[in-house]
Amino acid sequence: MEKSELPDPFEKARVDKGYGELNDQDDPVTMLLRLKDVRKTAHNYKTFQSAAQPGRIVVPSEVNIRDTRQIPFEVDPPVHGEYRAIVEPWFKRPLQAEYQEKLTAQIASLVDEILNKDTVEVVNQFALPLQSRALTLLLNTPFSESETWISWGTHVFRSEGEALDADKANILYDYIDQEIDRAIENPGEDMYSVLLSSDFQGRKLSKDEVKGVMVLTFAGGRDTVINAVTNSIAYLAEHPESLERLRKEPEIAAKAVEEFIRYFSPLTQMGRVVTEDTAVCDHAIKADTRVSLCWASANRDASVFENPNEIVLDRKINPHVGFGFSHHNCLGATHARQILKILLNTLATKVGSIEIQDYKENIESLDEFERKVGYDRINVKFNKLT
Amino acid sequence: MAKITFITSDNESITLEGSSGSVMALAVDNGIKGIDGDCGGVCSCATCHVHVRPEDMEKTGTASEIEADMLELDDNADEFSRLCCQLEIGDHLDGVVLRVAK
Repeated sequence: MEKSELPDPFEKARVDKGYGELNDQDDPVTMLLRLKDVRKTAHNYKTFQSAAQPGRIVVPSEVNIRDTRQIPFEVDPPVHGEYRAIVEPWFKRPLQAEYQEKLTAQIASLVDEILNKDTVEVVNQFALPLQSRALTLLLNTPFSESETWISWGTHVFRSEGEALDADKANILYDYIDQEIDRAIENPGEDMYSVLLSSDFQGRKLSKDEVKGVMVLTFAGGRDTVINAVTNSIAYLAEHPESLERLRKEPEIAAKAVEEFIRYFSPLTQMGRVVTEDTAVCDHAIKADTRVSLCWASANRDASVFENPNEIVLDRKINPHVGFGFSHHNCLGATHARQILKILLNTLATKVGSIEIQDYKENIESLDEFERKVGYDRINVKFNKLT
Repeated sequence: MAKITFITSDNESITLEGSSGSVMALAVDNGIKGIDGDCGGVCSCATCHVHVRPEDMEKTGTASEIEADMLELDDNADEFSRLCCQLEIGDHLDGVVLRVAK
């Protein structure tokens, strides 16, 4: 097996029966594995709700470590749409030229820093700082804040190698509370201030609602972006021909990003709580249990994707669900796409080759499935383009 | 060269000319309201949904299976719906009128 390969552990179950079963903290989950089922279920918010107890739609469940409702993520239509309309323009800012120039400068400077070092541990020395620095643009906060976020490590809800960790989560919550208080006292042009001054149903957003949006922004875009960046580096290390192609045809970078998101599926799955007895692919599902939309499995569905286990850099038709689907599709997708696109183009212009030295894979254990999502650590050497 | 007309949700009519690339890219490059093209044209985001004027369906053709699967779950979709990232510009599209869904 190639070092950068992410095998598909779901294929047999997806083809044979269409679902898998996972017992998560005594709140079982029926994992939906086929693309069409995942899409239909994501769209049907009435039977498969997000507005359940906060933390319950996440797999593994976060009900024991948080009470804060993440917004708009854990709200359903029609109210969901009202929240989404408030935050959407802010999350589309990465389409602006000025935002992209700043992001390009950040990524170029980081790549310059690591070029020709003997060894770079990509997760902690490259992906984490890249993600944290880029987040200062999304939040429109001072660059120096990224130092604090980098110091938290790669996970915001868990310690290294540990299960869910309430103390770790509290660091994030306390930080966000402080930032909201700061923005109330001293409003500026940062995301906290903009949310605090936003109108919702004839009033301003409350502190709890602002916190709900901020927690989502921090949590949703951390492991996911870090995994996507790290996996991209590992892939390009083993596929110098792809790095070469991006150099010669920079215009394919946008398609390559979509293909990486499909293949890496940085978020394996997202849950829903079932509101009435129902069935998916002839399998009965009881009210008040959970299903999950397994994006990672759906993205390898051979009934939709030709050669699903191959990275086809310029895949032309690519109806993947790596950013989710329907009402709750990823709010941070515009930011994430820009990060990856700029990263690919920067690597292509500055890096000649990448050598993998050693690594430890990050494997998610999902009862009957074991899924590689990326790396706990991976040491590489970046060689400058000459 | 093909002339393509977009009618936005606030009933503004904009006619653009193009010779290659996708209709989605032409719309995004010219800031047509309601066409976002988030995924860059690989048929994964459905943010380039248009309703083709019925008499122009002959020029555009109907949605492919993968495209139709995406549109099936869009509450605004009808038999004239297309994702315009899947419409390649060419002389055959000259004169088409597309109503932006969003």
